[in-house]
Amino acid sequence: MSTADGVDAGPVLPVGTRKGAWMLSGDATRASWVVCGPMFLGNIAQHMVLDPRDRTTMLLATRTGHLGPTVYRSTDLGRSWTEASRPPAFPAGDPFERTLNAVFWLTPGHVSEPGSWYAGGSPQGLFRSDDGGDTWAPVSGWNDHKLWETWAEWPDEGTPDGSMLHSVIVDPREPAHLYIGLSGGGVFESVDGGADWQPLNAGSVATFLPDPEPEFGHDPHCVRLHPLRPDRLYQQNHCGIYKMERSEGRWSRIGDNMPTEVGDIGFPIELHPRDPDTAWVFPMDGTDVWPRTSPDGRPAVYVTRDAGASWTRGEAGLPERAWFTVKRQAMTVDTCDSVGVYFGTTSGEVWASTDEGGSWARIAEHLPEIYSVECADPVHRA
Amino acid sequence: MKVRIPDPLRSYTQLQKVVEADGETVAALLADLDTRYPGIRFRMVDEHDRIRKHMKVFVNDESVRDLNTPITVRDEITIMQALSGG
Repeated sequence: MSTADGVDAGPVLPVGTRKGAWMLSGDATRASWVVCGPMFLGNIAQHMVLDPRDRTTMLLATRTGHLGPTVYRSTDLGRSWTEASRPPAFPAGDPFERTLNAVFWLTPGHVSEPGSWYAGGSPQGLFRSDDGGDTWAPVSGWNDHKLWETWAEWPDEGTPDGSMLHSVIVDPREPAHLYIGLSGGGVFESVDGGADWQPLNAGSVATFLPDPEPEFGHDPHCVRLHPLRPDRLYQQNHCGIYKMERSEGRWSRIGDNMPTEVGDIGFPIELHPRDPDTAWVFPMDGTDVWPRTSPDGRPAVYVTRDAGASWTRGEAGLPERAWFTVKRQAMTVDTCDSVGVYFGTTSGEVWASTDEGGSWARIAEHLPEIYSVECADPVHRA
Repeated sequence: MKVRIPDPLRSYTQLQKVVEADGETVAALLADLDTRYPGIRFRMVDEHDRIRKHMKVFVNDESVRDLNTPITVRDEITIMQALSGG
């Protein structure tokens, strides 16, 4: 990675927490990290993402426990911020009288559509901006779809923190081809820019429903598409780890190849930037009342190098016993060789691996509960 | 008329605790406030003109939730945030 003036530099990790946002900057070796922050101290910083197209525009989805949600924009890596002049919101007169409680997810749009962004909300609304996040409009084809109420299980809140729309994915070959994940609701696909949608859940299970293999109603926690093999999807689901080859049209449970005592429950799944067969997950305890901590309190990352046929445990450097959770937006990878893998914990620590998950070092601690960790390669460093 | 602004919204009013805004109803006053301090209204009022759950608007000593409540220049408006959370 290098800056605009050609200086070697390491990754930058925008970190969103329950009590504000931080920025971690690594040197070129990724051995030394500088922690900058807090920004928006006391605000819930749900998701902070740098636009990979211009490597300059950064958006932050935020709210507080009391105030409504909004989006802030920065073009100087967080030194100054400007609030969106029209944040994501459902329209006045909305038939369900939906109130947007949170902007949960941010995704930059297609490379051919500079300035376009998508935002997923809680409840499960989808919003789009075409001016770099300054003004947002509802994606009516989703929000007003005749089956939205059914698909989104409205007005039930399917998850403890409220139902949310996440994992907005834009096919790198076709800007009108979109995927979204609903917790709860399942995975959905649009091939016409969001005008119409179809469920995409065949093969995945929902053991918490009377029919364990329904058309929709699932709980995908995190869905990923590999840009070099865009007809393959991965997801970490409430009910396992899955892979889908679009030619097959069904999800297959690659988590069945995880060790039985560990299981295949978790929140995040991350993909190798250059190898569509390599993915990382962070398993958690999904038994009993769902502690959502590492199985047996022994944190470890698992990596597959063969598209889920086998998994290898990586735990060197991690605590022998710890009781944190890694949320769905709190794991990321860089593009270095070898790939750096990072995760943030509910106990406020950020961990980094520069050997693709084999060994780990703590690069930040004593932060608030971490909601999101992304990797950025900005044009200009601080 | 005078409008008292709670701590969490003072980033919009350049840290001013009391600002001026006008209107013949609470709705009109909040609209004027948003013109003077863009973005402040949506943080305390949702898409359907409902004061958000943990926010309160007082006209003098009376808490109101109906934005159509009439007000006069003699009224003092206080926006407050409930104390909750962790």
